[in-house]
Amino acid sequence: MFGYEFYVDPSRCIGCKACENACAECDTHRGTPMIHVDFIDRKNTIATVPTVCMHCRNPTCAQVCPADAIKMTDDGVVQSSMKPRCVACNNCVLACPFGVPKMMVAAEQMMKCDMCYDRTSAGKRPMCATVCPSQALAYVEPEAIAATRRDRPTDVFFFGRERVTTKVRMMAPAARDAIALDVADYMWEGGA
Amino acid sequence: MARPPATLEALHARYGPHRNDAPPGGWEENTRRAPDRLVKTHCCFCGQQCGIQLKVRDNAVVGFEPWEDFPFNRGMLCPKGVRRYLQGSHPDRLLSPLVREEGGFREAGWDESLDRVARELRGIQDRHGKDAVAVYGGASLTTEKAYLVGKFARLGVGTRHVDYNGRLCMVSAGTAYKMAFGVDRSPNPWSDIPKAQVLFVIGANVAECAPITTDYVWRCRDNGGKLIVADPRMTPITRNADLYLPLRPGTDLALLLGMLHVVLRDGLEDKEFIAAHTAGFDAVAADAKEWTPQRAAEVSGVPPEAIEKAARWFAEADRAMALHARGLEHQVKGVENCLAVINLCLATGQIGREGAGCNMITGQGNGQGGREHGQKCDQLPGQRSIADPAAREHVARVWGVSPDDIPPAGLSAQEIMEAIHRGEIKGLLSICFNPLVSLPDSRFTREALEKLEFFAVIDFFLSETAHHADVVLAGSLQEEEEGVTCSTEGRVIHIQQAVTPPADARTDSWILCELGRRLGDPGHFAFASPREIFDELREASRGGVADYYGISYEKIDRMQGVFWPCPRPEHPGTPRLFEGARFFHPDGKAKFLPTVWRPSGDPLDATYPTLLTTGRLVGHYLSGTQTRRIGPLVDMHPEPRVELHPRMAQPLGIADGDWVTITTRRDAMTLQASVVRTIRPDTVFIPYHWAGARSANRLTHRSLDPRSKIPEFKVSACHVTKAAGPPTGPGPVSPPAPARES
Repeated sequence: MFGYEFYVDPSRCIGCKACENACAECDTHRGTPMIHVDFIDRKNTIATVPTVCMHCRNPTCAQVCPADAIKMTDDGVVQSSMKPRCVACNNCVLACPFGVPKMMVAAEQMMKCDMCYDRTSAGKRPMCATVCPSQALAYVEPEAIAATRRDRPTDVFFFGRERVTTKVRMMAPAARDAIALDVADYMWEGGA
Repeated sequence: MARPPATLEALHARYGPHRNDAPPGGWEENTRRAPDRLVKTHCCFCGQQCGIQLKVRDNAVVGFEPWEDFPFNRGMLCPKGVRRYLQGSHPDRLLSPLVREEGGFREAGWDESLDRVARELRGIQDRHGKDAVAVYGGASLTTEKAYLVGKFARLGVGTRHVDYNGRLCMVSAGTAYKMAFGVDRSPNPWSDIPKAQVLFVIGANVAECAPITTDYVWRCRDNGGKLIVADPRMTPITRNADLYLPLRPGTDLALLLGMLHVVLRDGLEDKEFIAAHTAGFDAVAADAKEWTPQRAAEVSGVPPEAIEKAARWFAEADRAMALHARGLEHQVKGVENCLAVINLCLATGQIGREGAGCNMITGQGNGQGGREHGQKCDQLPGQRSIADPAAREHVARVWGVSPDDIPPAGLSAQEIMEAIHRGEIKGLLSICFNPLVSLPDSRFTREALEKLEFFAVIDFFLSETAHHADVVLAGSLQEEEEGVTCSTEGRVIHIQQAVTPPADARTDSWILCELGRRLGDPGHFAFASPREIFDELREASRGGVADYYGISYEKIDRMQGVFWPCPRPEHPGTPRLFEGARFFHPDGKAKFLPTVWRPSGDPLDATYPTLLTTGRLVGHYLSGTQTRRIGPLVDMHPEPRVELHPRMAQPLGIADGDWVTITTRRDAMTLQASVVRTIRPDTVFIPYHWAGARSANRLTHRSLDPRSKIPEFKVSACHVTKAAGPPTGPGPVSPPAPARES
């Protein structure tokens, strides 16, 4: 859908797994979800987080693929491995900074969230973002997000010194424009 | 003696619960062949009644597609809605009537089964009187079926004892709203929620029990609204609460009176509103005087400063709204709790406007519509009182009988089970109700069922209760019969018949009409379609509180739901009640009603020092008859676990995953522990969707609210110990189903 973007806001997630269940209903992967919802630390909090493919601008999964089996569409959607090329080596599964690709052992192929390319290319919203009852996953126009949400979207992530930019946006507190995931990024290690 | 005719293992092996994991024909079939059509209808699970499209092929539901144009949920669904289609074409589905014989059930024909039910029920009535037979209905039935249950019981069977499983759901709020406002319905459409500046959620696990409402709550916060959550557990929406009030189970009234005290002490009440639009304020104000924040804190366990802050936020906002559900209602003071919410809204003038009001979140699929038109023991269609001579006259005229032919009010659902246990009621017909799992104190319920002289059940799966039946009539799923339901916001919506019942199963209304014709005047049950039932229901509700006269199936489709009351065909419906602060009592005023503190019906003592509370999980619905058979939902929560805080678990030597025995004055059960810091350290929580050894209602007690007759599921006294290992007996899901003929 032209002009629509995908937004993830973990703070809205209620852990209901409607997204996982709806994803699994897709005819192309027949009962197996390509996304997942996790409790962060159930003992201490009810907080949960949904993980979809972030669709990196320069995808690590494609960079590490020895068979050149992972392609990106013109509109920036990183697709599942191409079945004829995939050698089921697991490089992409291990390398993805967000933990998204899955090795489908029976099919000997890596499959992952492709933002419901069959739906979005036909003018429909991705299944997970359509059903999500808390709109932690949302597929809307950027103007709608700017007008309705208090937080603001970012597409920049740091993993240590690696800077990753993505097609999918993560909602972050309004005062910050990047989310660092490594403790080291928060540490003071002596003057430069 | 209605004992199960075979062992639990044998019944489970034959009738489940088995899992269903894939659409009929398998995933390949769905890839190969497109559905014949998409049917725009609504989810069968819970009172949100989300719009959904069902994929239909070869008279079977094979999948779903979001329905983004339906305004309430705009395509959103919870996992139950996503997977609901797996209840169709299920290996456990009852495909013909069953008659109990030595060692099990045998399949039987309709004439034999229906004749037998009619003969046995009439025989009991001939020997013991009309009221020796009772009828149970359910709040997952369409409104047409619910209406028919009431008419069937009163004119077909001729008994006064008809009630329904909504008695376990909305009746405390319904009673309170009727008393205070003169009408039993949430006053605001849900589109008002994002407009509130303060949203006070008390006793409602919104994220798990009404998932779509989460989006409304988050949009309220997006708009700058403050969220207050009062609950013994940090439910998922608590993660974004601006103020969390961790109250002790059963103490909501103290918290609410403490808040009212602060409002009145600080002069924050809306004096003009109180004077112009209410009655009875002075007595309620006097009651609140003694509930200082300090006293409310001592009873509820919520800090006094938090009570002060909540009261001030609520009173000082231009628009504040309260949302409440079973947490408040499942108590022996359930009606008082709801009245206390109402009193708070009336005192602060937070009602009858956009973004302001108190609203109850209905739990069951047709929790609202199922209680409006006559399967409640004390009501006739249109929310009319069965004791009101004018109401009896009106309904008698529509039914073509004398008012004297309509029996007076009968017993409520739990009271019916008590009367069965005492031997006063000897015959029972039950539809859409699984009391062995859903009523409190299941050992008592089982004893009562075993005393029945004759028991007939209408259902689509063999529920645990139906194990005790003499005859089981194979009924229909929601998607197999047209009708209407009423959602939590008072919106009457249209349920489509997506498919017809499989094999020799029949629609519920056909079964009720066939039985009605056998038991009473056939003319009363000459309906050829749900539409004919609806047309009679419209007339029966005409002029009543819940007036459906101006609603038609076509109008619902055109307007995407019609909010009642809708008294005339050209009337647009009533999305928001009490606009201009006009209430439904004859004087147009709302009533402040006093609330008296009473202890729980199952008090703590040295032997039972711990609080037990029960509730739902997001992947299951009610007694689990449907959702315990849907594979992906089973995987979300394969078994119930007991939640307890590390501060309680550590001294008992209990670690996460350990087996724990919970004992109450009724019974004991053993289940695995979830040790979490998200529950009060003096309270344990068990979800109630399972049967047998895993049924939380083994532990709960039969104390009822004196007015609403709702059981106190939310407060029991228990004792917690570490157990050696898991309980014995059949697991929650049976091994794969054996192949079946046909």
